[in-house]
Amino acid sequence: MTTGSASPAPSSFLELRDLRIHFPTEDGLVKSVDGLSFKLDRGKTLGIVGESGSGKSVTSLGILGLHKGGRAKISGEIWLDGEELVGASPDHVRTLRGKKMAMIFQDPLSSMHPFYTVGAQIVEAYRIHHDVSKAVARKHAIDMLGRVGIPQPDKRVDSYPHEFSGGMRQRAMIAMALSCDPELLIADEPTTALDVTVQAQILDLMLDLQREFNSALIVITHDLGVVAELSDDILVMYGGKCIEYGSADDIFYRPEHPYTWGLLGSMPRLDREPTERLLPIKGTPPSLINVPSGCAFNPRCPYRDRTGGKATTEVPQLLETEGGHLVRCHMPREERRAIWENEIKPMMEGQ
Amino acid sequence: MSHRADEGGAGVSAPEALLSVQNLQKHFPVTKGLLKRQVGAVRAVDGVSFDVRKGETLGLVGESGCGKSTTGRLVTRLMEPTGGKIFFEGHDITHMSQSKIRPLRRDIQMIFQDPYSSLNPRHTVGAIVGAPFRIQGVQTEQGTKKAVQELLELVGLNPEHYNRYPHEFSGGQRQRIGIARTLALKPKMIIADEPVSALDVSIQAQVVNLLEDLQNELGLTYVIVAHDLSVIRHISDRVAVMYLGKIVELADRKGLYESPMHPYTNALMSAVPIPDPARRKDRERIRLQGDVPSPLNPPPACRFHTRCWKAQAICKTEEPPLAELAPGHQVACHFPENADKVTAPAAAKIAQNVEDALHPKKPVA
Repeated sequence: MTTGSASPAPSSFLELRDLRIHFPTEDGLVKSVDGLSFKLDRGKTLGIVGESGSGKSVTSLGILGLHKGGRAKISGEIWLDGEELVGASPDHVRTLRGKKMAMIFQDPLSSMHPFYTVGAQIVEAYRIHHDVSKAVARKHAIDMLGRVGIPQPDKRVDSYPHEFSGGMRQRAMIAMALSCDPELLIADEPTTALDVTVQAQILDLMLDLQREFNSALIVITHDLGVVAELSDDILVMYGGKCIEYGSADDIFYRPEHPYTWGLLGSMPRLDREPTERLLPIKGTPPSLINVPSGCAFNPRCPYRDRTGGKATTEVPQLLETEGGHLVRCHMPREERRAIWENEIKPMMEGQ
Repeated sequence: MSHRADEGGAGVSAPEALLSVQNLQKHFPVTKGLLKRQVGAVRAVDGVSFDVRKGETLGLVGESGCGKSTTGRLVTRLMEPTGGKIFFEGHDITHMSQSKIRPLRRDIQMIFQDPYSSLNPRHTVGAIVGAPFRIQGVQTEQGTKKAVQELLELVGLNPEHYNRYPHEFSGGQRQRIGIARTLALKPKMIIADEPVSALDVSIQAQVVNLLEDLQNELGLTYVIVAHDLSVIRHISDRVAVMYLGKIVELADRKGLYESPMHPYTNALMSAVPIPDPARRKDRERIRLQGDVPSPLNPPPACRFHTRCWKAQAICKTEEPPLAELAPGHQVACHFPENADKVTAPAAAKIAQNVEDALHPKKPVA
């Protein structure tokens, strides 16, 4: 916030600069997001991948300004369409939510009000941003429900959330998020609660709608398959930090961080011959209160001995290796590439 | 994943079957009004038959509400079946009384999905993993504590954590505690209901590898219930695909994943997102319309016909039987995909069935 007003507005639609969101707790400071920077243009999709506790959801809530007024300590800059949001007043950010930016939450059952009809909830959001009569807003709600593929939208608009199936609820949630044509849409685990066939429908729907509105989309998920389907760029988070950032091709075909290798190797794949064994990452994700010193990944990293003793003493920098591909690792670039090409890749492709 | 040599040949009454399930049914009554008059039934499991052979892993896969978890719970007799038969090692255990089933619980154990709700938060790990010994009255050679510590070590936990409580462990570690508990009495068969779906990706792989190691070491037989097709393919020898309370396809892993015959199986597989950005452009995905119908009022005949792109008139009137269309590959469909794999006699039989349904023979006067 100290430098917030000084630096010039960026050219990208959304830009995060060194965003930090820390929560003071009785046990210590939880550094949920610790120095995150990225850019996103309209019409593009960014996938944020990470395990539970990596800070990916806190990031999204932070962009929406939902940590304002709480106990969170937020610093850094969030630029949305030429406007800085970290220093903005909560009331002002509130007016942006819904119209400028909107969010699709993971669990549609707990993020919709069980007491009001689905239609009433969409109408409410719409009327906050548009000065229209209830009848017009209702018509818009029916229109939106139809757009996301809910059958008989004129009847279902009066249903309660519990009367919808999981897939329909998620559609209603998407309809609600899109009702004011947001320019930035954040989807936090949009399909995790859904079955695969419904997941496929929802992913297609999100792609279609994004094309139609030309909005910027952030997809937060732990499912690398979903990320590969949707994203232009991918950001891998670990322990509150970005550890690798690049185009979808960079991350899937030329990953350079041992954690990204671990994620790819942990996942059984349908498109390849089954390997005899999965290649898991040993250990468990770190607690954000007590992030390991040096590289946060070092206790789980099989290559920690190759860093020349820097693994536990020095936090690695996020450096560019080639063409916008950023990696946070102590190992030299040539060594990382050699390990990927000669060790990891052949193993994942099943010998 | 041992004993892969005997893949194929999915005959219902194979002699070496450890568990045999025949036409299993579970209907949950739906009641209405003060007098609890029964107005209908949710047919959660509606005529399911399969065998599980010693040492193999059978995967049960399907979407939510298809009855896969209920099947798992029926087999472990945590629920009372409405109809059908369950044989374990040749003994009929379908309606065995609770007192008689208790000794059998040593042989059939269950791993639950949610490691946060399946462990008692007020008990130490020692008490949780030692509970089976206490309940079954099993005397261990060097005392329960020693036995529990050995189990903890077996599943990759620190034996010194004996006196800790579940909340001190992460999700993956809790799942290991659950696995240690199921292994306590050296069971012959383990039913695992979504054993890894609540875990992070990197931890999932650890638990999957652990399950495989334990199977090789202890000669276990698994029935794994899961919704994740890629996990199921990795871990199973044979796979059964369920839809609305019925098995629509049952085959060995290779047959099922390389040449799926039931349209539903095809749709499921094409719906799985593939972690390969290059594939998203040229992929042809089968888009299924709508949701799974309610099991309260399932569609007549073939239950998939409301969402199937191959459905014809016969699918709405005649239920396709689960028939062996290729060696070791059972499918319940009138118009199977990958028809080149269907054996000639089976193909002739399907054609005959369709023919009969379209032009019913006039009764001989």
